[in-house]
Amino acid sequence: MTAKVNRIGLPQDAYKGGKSTLCPGCGHDAVTASLIRVLFESGVEPWRLAKMSGIGCSSKTPGYFSSGSWAFNACHGRMPPVATGAVVANRTLLPLGVSGDGDTASIGLGHFVHALRRNVPLCYVVENNGVYGLTKGQFSATADRGAKLRGGEENTFEPVDVCTLALELGCGFVARSFAADKRQLETLLKAALSFPGTSVLDVVSPCVTFNDHEGSTRSYAWGREREHPVVEVGFVPHWEAPEVEIPAGEVREVPLPDGSLVRIRKVEEGFDTADAAGAWRRLREARARGEFLTGLFHLATGRPTFVEGLDLVEEPLALLPEGRLRPPRSALEDALDGLTP
Amino acid sequence: MPAPNDFVLKVGTVNGSGSQTANLVLLRALFRMGVPCSGKNLFPSNIAGLPTWFEIRAHPRGWLARRRGVDLLVAMNPASAAQDLAEVLPGGVVVYDEPLALAGRRTDVAAHGVPFGKLVLEVCPEPRLRRLVVNMIYVGVVGRLLGLDRGELDAALARMLRGKEKALGLNRAAVDLGWRWAGDHLPAPCPVAVERPPRNLNEGRILVDGNAAAALGAVFAGVSVFAWYPITPSTSLGDALAGYLGKYRRDPATGKATFAVLQAEDELAAVGMAMGAGWAGARAMTSTSGPGISLMGELLGFAYYAEVPCVVVDVQRLGPSTGLPTRTAQGDILQVATLSHGDTRHPMLFPSSVAEAFTMAGDAFDLAERFQTPVFLMSDLDLGMNLWPSEPFPFPEKPLDRGKVLKEEDLARLGKGGFFRYVDRDGDGIPYRTLPGTPGGLGSYFTRGSGHDEFGRYTEDPAGYVKNVERIARKWETLRSALPAPEVIRAGTEPAPVGILHFGTTRWAVEEALSILREEHGIAADACRILAYPFHDGVGEFLRAHGDLYMVEQNRDGQMASLLRAANPEPVVGLEGILRYDGFPPDARSVVDAVLVGRRSAP
Repeated sequence: MTAKVNRIGLPQDAYKGGKSTLCPGCGHDAVTASLIRVLFESGVEPWRLAKMSGIGCSSKTPGYFSSGSWAFNACHGRMPPVATGAVVANRTLLPLGVSGDGDTASIGLGHFVHALRRNVPLCYVVENNGVYGLTKGQFSATADRGAKLRGGEENTFEPVDVCTLALELGCGFVARSFAADKRQLETLLKAALSFPGTSVLDVVSPCVTFNDHEGSTRSYAWGREREHPVVEVGFVPHWEAPEVEIPAGEVREVPLPDGSLVRIRKVEEGFDTADAAGAWRRLREARARGEFLTGLFHLATGRPTFVEGLDLVEEPLALLPEGRLRPPRSALEDALDGLTP
Repeated sequence: MPAPNDFVLKVGTVNGSGSQTANLVLLRALFRMGVPCSGKNLFPSNIAGLPTWFEIRAHPRGWLARRRGVDLLVAMNPASAAQDLAEVLPGGVVVYDEPLALAGRRTDVAAHGVPFGKLVLEVCPEPRLRRLVVNMIYVGVVGRLLGLDRGELDAALARMLRGKEKALGLNRAAVDLGWRWAGDHLPAPCPVAVERPPRNLNEGRILVDGNAAAALGAVFAGVSVFAWYPITPSTSLGDALAGYLGKYRRDPATGKATFAVLQAEDELAAVGMAMGAGWAGARAMTSTSGPGISLMGELLGFAYYAEVPCVVVDVQRLGPSTGLPTRTAQGDILQVATLSHGDTRHPMLFPSSVAEAFTMAGDAFDLAERFQTPVFLMSDLDLGMNLWPSEPFPFPEKPLDRGKVLKEEDLARLGKGGFFRYVDRDGDGIPYRTLPGTPGGLGSYFTRGSGHDEFGRYTEDPAGYVKNVERIARKWETLRSALPAPEVIRAGTEPAPVGILHFGTTRWAVEEALSILREEHGIAADACRILAYPFHDGVGEFLRAHGDLYMVEQNRDGQMASLLRAANPEPVVGLEGILRYDGFPPDARSVVDAVLVGRRSAP
């Protein structure tokens, strides 16, 4: 029996990576499994995918999927600038950043916000468990106020919310999901990968070893009990014809520049994914109430990406031949003439 | 009285008062007359209000080092006038703003008060512009005193203000007024004087700062991604580069850019962007100064270990911490040599001139891609921000060296399992790399700063780990053989009793010192200019051939000497440091004095 192949003729196994060394049951492994399916189903060319990460449990995961892709496992918190340089050098790359809450919200917060400001073409997935795993269980900056560590220690600080931050900085794709909500997660991943600028997908991804207990606000039980999707999202890839028209008003349809279509059906009355300020208010309110909202919070296209703003030639800068990199002798003569007093 | 064309002219003004254009007109007029000269801007870390100086040194033999003592002072700043006056040599001349009342304060100099405040009213009806225009009046006064050619003065002004007709008219009138006022009121001849040399010694030459020269070098080396965070004194490199790229690197057919200039949020991001771009295959570069180097350390250690090419220009400034941003030094040498934790090493190139800033910037890209490692161009503020005369830069004839990059067809030929990122196939320690995005399904690899083996896999296995880091050490030896030999100046056929080592901009004080030692003291000295680190064997040979050795450098701790001691198997004996670390470029006399002291105390 031949394996099922995707639209570019690759089997799902082509999107697999090395064996995970994370703890059994880790939320990150669920995200990795979803990524493998999503990349397969989306027919992503593995060589175009650039797996970018920093340091932490989440940042190890690029080793566990799509081994046919290049990966750059950078220093702690420094993934966004490295991804920025890579995609500027080769605009045909599809950078997928996999980061964690320490990497994104603590040591790399500055780079995260600046990538958002610039709208770097980068699908930015935060595997968010509210805790430092590799150093054995300290709170991270996304831990909710009042959340408890295994030993009972309570977090007294305000959390950094990567979604409200992204909304504040003009990000056109802001979403949150839950590692255990496979269907929603995979749809959001597909849409995020098709989004032209920075897409932020904050995935609550429980740490089974250090933050899956009673009193945690990032545990599987907490997530399952409280998850409240504000919208239901559908994704129609560019090679599939959209099905029958759905009456306007119920569903917001947003075409993406690659020809795919995002369909957003309201679950919560009054939630409007076109309204960034409204989404921001609702998320702040949810935090105060201890609610766990998921879904696509904001989707807006049209803002030029960082690479578009650079007015580059079509071909990747990285592949330009010498004849296009070194100006002619006459250019040097002109420059030297300008230096003659 | 100094000989014609041998003098130091110093102008003391207030930062932000627009004196730079005036000072450059003087320098360029002198240059146009064919007199060898250079200009140094000694400025504060301030936008406006603090004292600032401009020094022009002229010398018939073209000495470029700073020289102590002033022959002609233009004193415009009450805050620095007393200090400025003290620097004037006996027999010197002072032109001062009349209210400063410097006449009679020193009996051994000729001081001339000029009523700049009154004169400017005559030429500049617009009160707002008077502060700027007044500077051009001293240009006229000084030009007349020195005996500058009036035609060259006007031509220099016209060339500087090309396309700004209104400003040109106003400034020309101010120069003319100063010129006439000096003719009517000041005694002639002036003891400090310019004479047009029989032959134009600047024929065909250019006048440029090292930052612009390095930027131009990068443009002609094909830099395609430049990521930076502004920091004094490297900022003008970024500005110049952006300007040149915009002019010379747009696709002729579409007008689109074959380059990207990225202003990062900090130095960590700047070098991170450069590394991301270098990894993806662009010719990538960043520029910074010491504080930025400190911040970049972590990622550059990564680039060393994961073997990511990029070029780092370090325009060095003075001191630890923030130090003095507008003062020069060679104080980052030791830090850069082993920047970042673990066993990390980085190659450095040491340009001494604007011409080398241009050529070495190009070499740095070839080395970075050939050896897949960050390469540092160790410039400094003196080179980067001051104006130096030079022969025109040569068009680079050598093709770009893009290093060992496997393309789709190479990978297909090697087949599955035929490529591993860190395997030493050629025995030179240099592995092959591939670029992300290469189609065909072969050639992907995992780039990591964590421990890895020759296959690029994470490993905690001692043998696999060690094999890879030893291969990188082998690569370092191959790199050493690709770096330039030192430039040795020999006094005779046999080694001279004195050997002077130096590098970078220290060159100019040393070369002048060699001639003073020979001509005034009868001391023969050889000199060895280090062009690169790791050291070429020639450096060790020079050390072994001389007993009375001096290492001239611009830092307190003798950093280059430390590297020399570390790099040489046998003890380096008798190596005396001649160290300058006050933020000003060294002068030849200081070097001479130190050698004379050393000679006296020698056994």
